[in-house]
Formats: sequence, C-alpha cells, structure tokens
Amino acid sequence: MSYTKRVDGRKFDEFREVKAEVGLIKNADGSALFSFGDTVALAAVYGPKQLHPQHLQNPQKGVLRCIYDMLSFSVPERKKPGPSRRSLEISKVTEWALSSIVDLENFPNTVVDVFITILSANASTRVAGINAAAMALADAGVPMKEMVSSVSIGKIDKQLVVDVCKEEEDYEEGEGATDIPMAFLSRSGDLTLLQLDGEIRPEELKKAIKLGKESCKKIFELQKKALKEKKLEK
Amino acid sequence: MMPKEIKEGKEESVETKKEAETGKSEEKRKLVIPGEVVVSGDEYLPGEGTRKDGKDIVAGKYGLADISGRLARIIPLSGSYFPRYGNTIIGKVTDITFNGWLIDIESPYSAFLSVVEVPRFINKDNLSDFLSIGDVIACKVVNVKRKNVDLTIHAKGLGKLEGGMIMKINSNKVPRVIGKEGSMIKLIKQETGTEVIVGQNGLVWIKADSIENELKAKEAILFVVSRSYIEGLTEKVKEFLEAGKI
Repeated sequence: MSYTKRVDGRKFDEFREVKAEVGLIKNADGSALFSFGDTVALAAVYGPKQLHPQHLQNPQKGVLRCIYDMLSFSVPERKKPGPSRRSLEISKVTEWALSSIVDLENFPNTVVDVFITILSANASTRVAGINAAAMALADAGVPMKEMVSSVSIGKIDKQLVVDVCKEEEDYEEGEGATDIPMAFLSRSGDLTLLQLDGEIRPEELKKAIKLGKESCKKIFELQKKALKEKKLEK
Repeated sequence: MMPKEIKEGKEESVETKKEAETGKSEEKRKLVIPGEVVVSGDEYLPGEGTRKDGKDIVAGKYGLADISGRLARIIPLSGSYFPRYGNTIIGKVTDITFNGWLIDIESPYSAFLSVVEVPRFINKDNLSDFLSIGDVIACKVVNVKRKNVDLTIHAKGLGKLEGGMIMKINSNKVPRVIGKEGSMIKLIKQETGTEVIVGQNGLVWIKADSIENELKAKEAILFVVSRSYIEGLTEKVKEFLEAGKI
C-alpha cells in the first residue's frame, strides 16, 4: 500500500498549525517562539557582546554562536540533558544557516549568542529552531541582510510531503521515509541549509527543493506577521 | 564638580534634540523587518540601517522606517547601544590602568577614561583615590574609533555619581524619556523633586531627598518607556504624576 493519505489528515503540501510569537523572554535581548504543531522551539538572542575567551574573537567581524538543545521532557522517552553528538551537529548547521543573514561587520571582537530550546519535539525540530532564531535575531535588533525561513520536506514511500511529523519520519513501508530539512533566505531565495536523511532520486530531490522553496515563502509570511504585530499590541 | 550642579539643559545636546524630534509619533511610521523594501526608486538614498539593492532601499534592521526627504533610514526599537561622539552616558568603573580607567558603558565595547580628561590634578600612583572599581560616573563620549571609545568628564555636571539609584531602560527609548528639548525629563524632575541624568546608553541615575520620590521618578520613567508610541505623552505623564500625588 502506498502512502496516499497523511497520518494526520493534512494535505501533502500543508504544514502543521504554526504558532509564531516574538518577545517572550524579558531578560534576553530578543526572543521568539515558533511551533509546527507539537514541535515547539524557543529561541533567545543575547548580544552583540564582548567574546571570551579572546582567542575565539574575530577582529574583522562579530561571531555568531548557536546552541541547540532539547529539553529532557520534550520527547516521550526522557532525553538525557546536556549536549550530545546530535545536538552539536544541529547547533552547527543552524549556525551556518543563519550566519549569512547576520551582518556583524561593524561589531568586531564580539559575539551574538543564539540559544534554541526545543520545548516539545515531534520531528522537524531543527527547522522550527531556525525559524524561531531568525525572528529572535530580528527582535534583538541585530543588523541583518534578510530573514531566513526553514521547512522539512519528506519523501514518504513515493510521495513528497511538507513538514514531516514523527509518525511519517518512522514510516517503513515501500521506499520508507526520507527527511530533507532546508532553509531559504527571504529576499535572495538562496539555500542555506540542506540535509538529507534517507534515499531519494536526483529528480525527486529537485522537486523537493522546489516544494520547500514555496513552503518557505508561506512560512516567511507568518514570521513577518508575528514580527509586525509585536509592537502594535503593547 | 559633583552632581549638585546638574540642572536642566545638560541632556539637551544638539544630537538629542534631533533624536527627540524624530522619536515622535512612532505609530505613523511603518514597521519593517530585515530584508523588506522600505521604499523603491532611484531618488532615495540609503540612511542608517538600510542598504541599496538595485532600485530598492532595503531594511537591514527590525524597526520603524523613517523617510525624510530623500533619505530613508530605520529607527531601531531594540538592539545594543552604540556610542557616538558627544553622547552623555553613565558608566561603571571596571578596571584601573596606569593612565586611566576602563568603564563599562552597557555597549558591546568598554570605554576608556584617561587621566588627562579629569579636570583636576590626579596622583598617577593612586588613581583609585579619585575613582575606584565599582564607582559610577556620568561622562561624555569624545572619540569613537571602531571599537575604541574614549570618554571625558571635563564638563559641567559630569563626574562621579554619589547616592541615588541607577535604573536601566532600553537605550532606543532614551529620546522619548528626554522628550522634545528635554520637556519630558524636565517635567519628571519638577513633579518628583529629583535630580535625574539620562544616559544615552540607557542607564538612568535618579537622586532625591527621599527614596519615595526616587521611586516615583523611576515609575514615571518606566511609564514613558512602556508607552513610548503614544502621542501627547507629556500630558499623560503629567496626569500620571499628579494622580500619584494624592
């Protein structure tokens, strides 16, 4: 049996219900929450501030530092707290996805810290984290060239789907599941994150990227809306 | 040379005046996000916080878009303080070197106050006699070179701050707290009977005879900060202060 109907009844190009909010953490310079259904990511931004230890400083421009972490109660089976091989990898790719949008030329020897915390996980956590981080960076008043939006595209059996959930990620029938997180810039449309877990044919990957680009545009609109509404409601 | 002499007028540097005026009527301006086109057309010039991309002026920061004449710029709502020449700021002594003091000014970089900028004789062997670590000073920015910031206290009203309390506000809201030509801060000072110095870096020093008055001034300032987008705010603050009087 092929995958003709999604487990949660969504359309193939529909993502889960999105919640985007800005400015939740008072003590941070900027913060944002972004969720895809049960996947909830909270991002806090601090800086620019002096970077210590000194040997990590860059005298030409400021440094962006990302830390991604899942809370121990974010998954059904308790996760051991603290950094792991997986979270370090995600921290790094998030940093790469965001580093091309922040413009820290005027802040040499400083650091901008981004802390992404997954409050609740149901697949696609890294893309929710990137979306939250981009909004939090804007909220913190960090100079940025543009925004970044991110989405995961899946190939479940032979069907391309937008925003993979945990059940789809674990789908084993037919060709199985392939998870492709990707991130696009809002203005130039450049790709800043592309990972792939599973198997896919080259022509299908092209289609997946195209689908991802369209979905990112929709997500960008939601991010934009959340940022624009922040100051008006106060 | 101490804060006793601080009266009105010191916050009214040319720059603050300018900023206070532009800080007005925030709600009429459009809120833009990074990467958004502020205005399009060859006749416009990119100002602070924007860049030119083809015909478009693109926002490089989250804030309010301000277009005055041909110049488009972004008035930020958040973000750290960046020192500028002539700013009056409040800082805390963090270290003493052989010829001056390192001052934390709530900005990405710390600033330097040299001994020669002190308007009286200082024994170089004992700099801590004049200012020691942890002391708070009101000072002025005299030089900004990328990440080197130099300060002076060689002017009326500047120097070590003694007594009173320090509060921190968003440095982007400082123009509103000062008001047009210092009107807002003047009102708060009069109504609460306090001495107030508003640093451009977002640190505010308040001193009065009684702690009640200091707290009242603090609340008034927080009132201004939380309602910075309202027009005719000075009147509202007046009402707020008078209501608290009873």
